Amino acid sequence: MATLIEAETPDVLGPAAPKRGTGGVGRYILVRFLLIFPTIFILVTLVFFLMRITGDPITAALGGRLPQDQLDARIHEAGYDRPILVQYFEYLGQIATGNFGTTLSDRRPVVEMLATFGTATLELAINSLVVALLIGIPLGMIAAHRRDRTPDALLRFFAILCYATPVFFAGLLLKLTFSVALGWLPVSGRASTSTELAMSQLAAPSGIYWLDAIRSGNYQALGDIAAHAVLPAVALGLLTAGVFLRLVRTNLIGTLGKDYVEAGRSRGVSEFRLVTKHAYKPALIPIITVMGLQIALMLGGAVLTETTFEWKGLGYQLAQYLTARDFVAVQGIVMLLAVIVAVTNFVVDILAAVIDPRVRY
Amino acid sequence: MSETTTAAVPPPAPRKAPLLDRLPVTSHIRQSVGLQRTMLLIGITLTGLFLLAAMFAPLLAPYGYAQISDAAGTFPAQAAPGGKHPWGTTVGGYDVLSRVLWGSQTAATVIVVSVAMSIFVGVALGLLSGYFGGWLDRVLVVIADAIYAFPSLLLAIVMSIVISQGQSSFWGGILACSISITVVFVPQYFRVIRAETIRLKAEPFVESAMVVGASSWRIMGRHIFKNATRTLPLIFTLNSSEAILTLAGLGFLGFGIEPTSAAEWGFDLNKALADASSGIWWTGVFPGVAIVLTVLGLTLVGESMNDLNDPRLRGRRAAGNKRSGKAKTKAGRP
Repeated sequence: MATLIEAETPDVLGPAAPKRGTGGVGRYILVRFLLIFPTIFILVTLVFFLMRITGDPITAALGGRLPQDQLDARIHEAGYDRPILVQYFEYLGQIATGNFGTTLSDRRPVVEMLATFGTATLELAINSLVVALLIGIPLGMIAAHRRDRTPDALLRFFAILCYATPVFFAGLLLKLTFSVALGWLPVSGRASTSTELAMSQLAAPSGIYWLDAIRSGNYQALGDIAAHAVLPAVALGLLTAGVFLRLVRTNLIGTLGKDYVEAGRSRGVSEFRLVTKHAYKPALIPIITVMGLQIALMLGGAVLTETTFEWKGLGYQLAQYLTARDFVAVQGIVMLLAVIVAVTNFVVDILAAVIDPRVRY
Repeated sequence: MSETTTAAVPPPAPRKAPLLDRLPVTSHIRQSVGLQRTMLLIGITLTGLFLLAAMFAPLLAPYGYAQISDAAGTFPAQAAPGGKHPWGTTVGGYDVLSRVLWGSQTAATVIVVSVAMSIFVGVALGLLSGYFGGWLDRVLVVIADAIYAFPSLLLAIVMSIVISQGQSSFWGGILACSISITVVFVPQYFRVIRAETIRLKAEPFVESAMVVGASSWRIMGRHIFKNATRTLPLIFTLNSSEAILTLAGLGFLGFGIEPTSAAEWGFDLNKALADASSGIWWTGVFPGVAIVLTVLGLTLVGESMNDLNDPRLRGRRAAGNKRSGKAKTKAGRP
């Protein structure tokens, strides 16, 4: 990371930056930054029109439950009977001013809904990322060190198995084993009812349960939260652990063949130190950039994991809102996810460019 | 459509070899050695079993996918494996073994339809975009990148809810799922074919075709198309496994095919979730294992082909030389 900051500071300052092709890092960053907006714009537009092809949100959500005249009145009130393009531009204007509307099914401001469930998903994502790193990196090191031997073959197979197992099936197996057969861990949910209650009564909750529990000194709740967090984190973590394993393995094999590693070995540096320090640190750079790209996979997996474990986050709510045909809420969630993905890709692109100047064009 | 599928299997070697050896998978078996060959063969076996189950599901399955009774009476609900129902029955009284077998047919159909559609659209757009360039190319690239970056399952969910609209017939459901998966895959084919087209456009044989006076369409359709589609069997295999996972994900979230119109593994797993807390394992484990084995088989075939296509990654047949074994590396697929 030290090289990263060193490389970044002089370049961003501008005039002294080495010019390469059409421009330096400053220009590259600017272009990449501006590309965030078309990405979000395209996805929002796509979802808006896809949702509206099938009719207006009021009929979709309440059709059949209200008499036609009342339905018409509500459609008119909300302005859904106007031309679609008028509504589209109005919608864009609303987004630009930060007004995302109110959900149709449970009448909550979309921003508040996103904040509540977004933190739950963030908590799940952090937990599973920790699991993925704890499993993926050491196993990748072993595979690289024992290359083309039995451990390597087994670990490569394990990595493919991680990819081949859908998160919901992994979740089901974990539930059957650790919750039903052994009875060690709770079957589903983010916390037991008493903990949920205690968390909702906090003065300024961050929404991330373990953080709130530590801050309020409620260690009994912390234990309960941890017990609930294990299975979802493992189920989603295994999905990405396979990717990390292979990444670490491939990149470590590259650096393990370098002369300076051989030199270290001849100086008597232990194999363990060679793998975990000398060869691992330079291999870390490509790993960090690819890690950022895993965010899309993680978000997709989160929808399935949350449904499996009734973890009330964005993914769980998205499935609920889609079933209720609550298009306002769905558009809000898609918008947030698009922003997350676009911003992550931007950060990853910049990291890659700063680390490796050849990436720029 | 038929042109796409046949042309996607080009002879990999210029020298004349028996047709059997020039087909993608058989040529790969011949090239492989050791661990790579084992993985490829396991993959082929699993994929073969899946295809056999899909083709002969009507003969193999003891009951229909939506059958809840026979001459002897109504099936028991949640019956444990054994007797008349070797893999037990679900809460709705469906026979688990039958539904798993029929499910392979649904999965295979969705793979074929969705991948065929994605190849058709993706290859066409990729060729156009790469060959003509300009503003069309830029617009398509930005759109494809935006779609590519977004979580694929979410996009498929949104698509399926738009398309299906309560459609629950067999073909209606299959088409809805396939189109949803297609939207996710098109950018991938588009990227690969576009990159190849741009590379090939600079090749001398394309230039000479231009000099001779061939039309743009002829150059694209014959010269570039046949060369750019070499990598398609590989993407096809890897995408098939992704298609199964997406289909299962859709089914699991309840946006797939209705249980009365077809058997679908993901849907069965969704229903099995409620059984799990009461210790009923057979409704979930069997369809789940079916998904894992199918995806595993397809992935192993695809990965092995990927390694064997790249000479740097290919393990060499060398006796007693330890170094040569070390020459093979596995490409990390990010």
